[in-house]
Order: sequence, then C-alpha cells, then structure tokens
Amino acid sequence: MNMPAMGLEVEQVHVWRGDRHVLKGVSLTLAPRQLLHIRGPNGSGKTTLLRVACGLLRPEQGVVRWDREPISTVRLDYQALLAYASHEPALKGDLTALENLRFAVGLKRRLSTHDLRASLEQTGVAACADLPVRVLSAGQRRRVAMARVLAMGAALWLLDEPFTNLDTAGVELMSALLRSHVEGGGAALVVAHQTLDLGVDSRCLDLAS
Amino acid sequence: MSVGALAAFKLMMRRELCLSFRRPEQLLQPLVFFLIVTMLFPLGLSLQLSLLRDMAPGVLWVAALLSSLLSLDGLFKSDADDGTLEQLALSGQGLTLIVVAKTLAHWLVSGAALVVVSPLVGTALGIPGSAFATMMLSLALGTLTLSWLGAIGAGLTVGVKRANVLLSLIVLPLAMPLLIFGAAATDRAISGTNAVGPLYFLAALCVFTCTLAPFAATAALRITLE
Repeated sequence: MNMPAMGLEVEQVHVWRGDRHVLKGVSLTLAPRQLLHIRGPNGSGKTTLLRVACGLLRPEQGVVRWDREPISTVRLDYQALLAYASHEPALKGDLTALENLRFAVGLKRRLSTHDLRASLEQTGVAACADLPVRVLSAGQRRRVAMARVLAMGAALWLLDEPFTNLDTAGVELMSALLRSHVEGGGAALVVAHQTLDLGVDSRCLDLAS
Repeated sequence: MSVGALAAFKLMMRRELCLSFRRPEQLLQPLVFFLIVTMLFPLGLSLQLSLLRDMAPGVLWVAALLSSLLSLDGLFKSDADDGTLEQLALSGQGLTLIVVAKTLAHWLVSGAALVVVSPLVGTALGIPGSAFATMMLSLALGTLTLSWLGAIGAGLTVGVKRANVLLSLIVLPLAMPLLIFGAAATDRAISGTNAVGPLYFLAALCVFTCTLAPFAATAALRITLE
C-alpha cells in the first residue's frame, strides 16, 4: 500500500442538485495515516461530498486532486486504488457473498478464492461465504461490503455510514479495521453520525457549519 | 497486481451470465413471448395460408423486436438500483468496457437465444426450410444491433421508474431500418431471390452500432450516474 505524500485534496467544491446548493465551497485535505470524519445533519451533502471525492459526481465548481493531479485527468488510476462503500451494501442478492466479492474485487486486483475467504473471515461472515446474499441480514450484508473494501487493498477508503446496521461487536470490529488501515499507511474519509475515537490522527469536518 | 482489460472483460461476462442463469424465468419470458405472439398469427389466419406466408417475415420481425425490448430495460437498471453499478463504475476499468460486456452478455442470453428458436417459429408461419439460414443470419445481425440501440436507451432511462414504455419509444424508431431490411431479407429468401442486398445493409447497421453505440451508451449512463 503506497500512498503519495500529498494524498487527497478537495478544493472549494460547489455542487447544485437542481435548485439546491448542496455543497457550498467545501475544502478538505487528507494525507496518508489520516482519517477525516465527515458529519452533519441529514441532507447536508455528506454523501454528495463522498461521491465527488471518488469521481462519480463532477462538481460544478472546484477541483478534486489526488497526488496533485486533478482526478479528471487520472480518473481510472485513481479509482483503481480507492475503495468506496456506499450507503447501501451494493451486493447482488442472487450471488453468494464470495461471488459478490470475486466479481467486484476481481476488476481491481487478482485475488485467490482463499484470499477472498480470508477477508470474509476478518469481518466475521466466513460462514455466509457460500450463501446467496438475499438471505443475509442487513448487518451481515454490511460486513460483506466491508470485506469487499478490505479485499480491494485500497490506499484510500471512502465509507458512507459504515456503522449502520452493525451490532456492538460489529462497531468495534469496524473501528479496529479502520484503525489498522490508517496505522498501516492508508487514508480514510468516513461519513458517520457517531463520534469516532480510534486513537489515530483524525479530524472532523462538520458540513452544517 | 492490476487487472488487464481482457481479464476484466471476461470476468464481467461471467458475472452477467451467472446472474442471468440464476433467474431462468427472466431469461425465458422474452422467448416465450416471442413464441406466443408469432403463434397467434397462424391461429388467427388459419384458413388463409397464402396470406400467412406473405405476412410471415413481417410478423417474425415485429415479434422479435418487441420481445427483445422486453428484457432491455433491466440491462443497467438492476445494477443501478442495488448500487453495484457505482461499484462497477469505480472499478478502475472504464465504464465502456463494463457497458460492452453487459450488452454482449445480454445479447447472448436474449438475441442469440431468439435466433436459436426462430426455425420453430418459421415452421409455424410456413416459412420454407430453405430460407432458414438467411432468416437466422438476419435475425442475429438485427438483434445484436437492437441490443446496442437498447443499451443507449437503457443508459438514458436508468433513473426513470417504469421505463419500459419510454425505452420502447426511444428505441423503436431507431429500429425501423432493422425491420425493413430484416423482413426484406427473409422475404427474398422465401421467394428464392437473392437476399444479399438487405443482409449487407443489416451488417452495415450492425457494424455501425457495434462501434459507436458503446460510447453513446457510456455517455448516457455517466449522465444518469451523476
């Protein structure tokens, strides 16, 4: 996992959704070994900001840079090294957990079935590996989605409310995974309503202010 | 260890085929629709065999177009609804590769399957066996072209609820040349004259859409993803 020293830079980003001015000049920087916690009331543009940061949404004004390059010029390389977990788990109900991982992660890097099972094991859903995702509970799906983030081995994690639907043990597991990712040299942009106390270099960006 | 485009393409094809075969009823519905619609004509016109034989190419082609349209609205929609389309878009492989793999896989399980059952329909409509080769070739070219046109329409209507009718309104006007040349090729094969002319036109349309539609569909999809 090698991450350029500059990391991610979002500079004066404005986004309009129809008539609504959702993001009003948001700026942030995120270097390796850092975690940025984004919070704010419902509808304050947290998810929009994540979508802008990963290049799914082009801002009307402002620029997102990765390693000093605007991401519009290095989009595929940039997207190959990030892992985005949206609000919904983004899993196919008809495929098993393992197949979901294989088809999603396989587009980014070559991993053996054994490695994929290992990441399911890490998030505590190894027993569900061969079950179709539609029979899993919401919490289990969230864990499978987290296993996908792990398996991607990405330098940058963009997580949208990763603690939703998780039990107490799951929240602790999620925090531990985030901590070891950041301590291992990664960066993370996390949207969450909870307070995050992970003991790593972390800052908070409140979109309400 | 990054993944090459060819490996990614193969993986996407496997994903799509795997997903299709998990839901066999959705695979069969357009085929059964095609069979039933074409069977209605011999039943309705049973006393006028010559009339049926004259109408056969048109009937066959209209039914093929409509049944192909049935499954097209789900091409990107199911992935968009569950969020996997975003994951695919962020895979670092480029959306065009994803679109091409999805569309070709869709054609394999819909268009190609329709070509395979078409002799059955041809027999029911009184098309002579000597015309089957031309009929199947024209259908293969036509359904592949339609899949590409449909991919553009499906990309544009991903965000629309109950997009089926809207998709038909977008795609059917564009599909008219297919109907004209496809039915003409089949008609000529039945009457035993040379069908190469309309087949060339179909092939040209097929090449035209195969080369340009992936980019148009990608652009349409990218707009709706935002």
